[in-house]
Amino acid sequence: MTLFVLRRLIGGLPTLVLVTLLVFALTRVLPGDPALLLLGEEATPELVAKLRDELGLNRPLYVQYASWAASLLHGDFGRSLRDHAPVGPILWQKLPTTLELSFFALLIALLLGIPAGVVAALRRGSAADAGVTVVALSGISVPNFFLGILLVYLFSIRLGWIPPSGYVEPWVDLRKNLLLMLLPAFTLGTALAGAIARFTRNSMLEVLSQDYVRTARAKGLAGPVVVYKHALRNAAIPVVTVIGLQLGGLLGGAVITEQVFSIPGFGRLVVDSVFNRDFPVLQAVVLFSALAVFLVNVLVDLLYAAIDPRIRYG
Amino acid sequence: MNPRFRQRFLRNRAGLFGLGVVLLILGMALLAPWLAPKDPSQQFFDGLTLEGKPLPPGGQFLLGTDTLGRDLLSRLIWGARASMLVGLVANGAAVLIGMLVGASAGYFGGWIGGLLMRFTDVMMAFPALLLAIALAAILKPSLWIVALVIALVNWVQVARVIYAQTLTLAQKEYVEAARALGAGNRRILLRHLLPHLFPTLVVYGSLGLSTTVLLEAALSFLGVGVQPPTPSWGGIINESQSYFTDAPWLVAFPGLAILVTSLAFNLLGDALREALDPTLR
Repeated sequence: MTLFVLRRLIGGLPTLVLVTLLVFALTRVLPGDPALLLLGEEATPELVAKLRDELGLNRPLYVQYASWAASLLHGDFGRSLRDHAPVGPILWQKLPTTLELSFFALLIALLLGIPAGVVAALRRGSAADAGVTVVALSGISVPNFFLGILLVYLFSIRLGWIPPSGYVEPWVDLRKNLLLMLLPAFTLGTALAGAIARFTRNSMLEVLSQDYVRTARAKGLAGPVVVYKHALRNAAIPVVTVIGLQLGGLLGGAVITEQVFSIPGFGRLVVDSVFNRDFPVLQAVVLFSALAVFLVNVLVDLLYAAIDPRIRYG
Repeated sequence: MNPRFRQRFLRNRAGLFGLGVVLLILGMALLAPWLAPKDPSQQFFDGLTLEGKPLPPGGQFLLGTDTLGRDLLSRLIWGARASMLVGLVANGAAVLIGMLVGASAGYFGGWIGGLLMRFTDVMMAFPALLLAIALAAILKPSLWIVALVIALVNWVQVARVIYAQTLTLAQKEYVEAARALGAGNRRILLRHLLPHLFPTLVVYGSLGLSTTVLLEAALSFLGVGVQPPTPSWGGIINESQSYFTDAPWLVAFPGLAILVTSLAFNLLGDALREALDPTLR
């Protein structure tokens, strides 16, 4: 097991190197001189030349990349162009908020998506099946900023149940934190819930037609035992894969959700850094997200073994 | 077209509904200059209330006006144009890139294939929206740049599916037979493999448009997509987001437009997929 994790992580190293190369290229190769951007309107040719020298922009690209990658390994993500604060601590400060939001969104997506998919598969062709299909597809098709605004309109402005936006750290006021997280998590989780419901349905349909399910039924096992012990467990593998694949989408969705609900997390950081042209921050966030997606997919591989003991890693 | 395919597709009512809506929106986008009752960027003197607030739906302005006194209906119709233009260009490019990468990786294999698919894996690791935001921020956003950015982050899925298909197709005997008859790579790829990949490309052409429309709307909503004064659905919501308690129609109509468009492409894509592979249903 440990060996597998190690091997998987080492096998992912080339991918990770490519990721850093791409992120590096994103800000260096594309048009726009960082020194020029940094100086803004005060730029004179002399100042630009001086700053280019200071930033090391005159060195060959591979040297620039090497020094950037080396500082990454030391946990140094560079400094924000705006206030020269180191980017690393800013990231660490924002990360828990986005993680909390994503966690609750995932939880809501699982709680809604899996039962809906199971019901649709068990009653294939019924009104319930059609209903799940329509709702799931709408969930995938609705732009989440629109959904977020609608939810705020309904639950905050019309009904007055939940404050419209804002964020309280869970260690300051847990109740308020959870209350404020409800709408954003639902907004973020809807698309994923739709995708999970659709995949659960299809995967369940396939498993339910297998011989061993018929055997289990023929043995006289109770319906729920067959459904949950025999079918769902086997149907879970493709569903878990989809969740792993959709996680990048979840992070992207968090950007928009945090914008709609004024939550000070990763997503807000991205949008702010875009408008401030703060490339080191942007670069760090993109890199960090890619890393997170990579690690989660290693985790997904491990989950396979937990769900299906026939899969062993050695 | 395979008559069985057509028959199966025509039986799928949801798919037909999707197709109808898609055609309607495409028509709206094409005929925007003639369909729109008013100039979408003109700020009408009588387009605001005496207190300077946007007008609710009804009367002269059928769907009301926005915060600058512009006709919302006309802006929505022109917005369809931005949405469809970006959607078709971006998704067309994404499908093309995905096809080229996936088919060459699957057909040639070896180190070329390995390298191409490794690169695809890397692109998978990037959250598409984040990458698109970063790209759009670096390049100055215009309609074409937005389309390009979306294409650059959206080809990955197509590449993976096409890669897997090409891999199996390339092993088939008829490909071997063609090669034995002296057909070159170009001929085999274009004449013998592409026709089999075509259905998949059509399905992704449709399903991908839903993603593309949503992505364009999200970028425009964040202010890094289609830039004003060009009307776009996401942009309209961005401009009026803070007024939505006073003027909910400014958010509701463009939001519904995005939802319906994206849903229609999804329904159409699903129906095409089911018609091509009836075992899916």
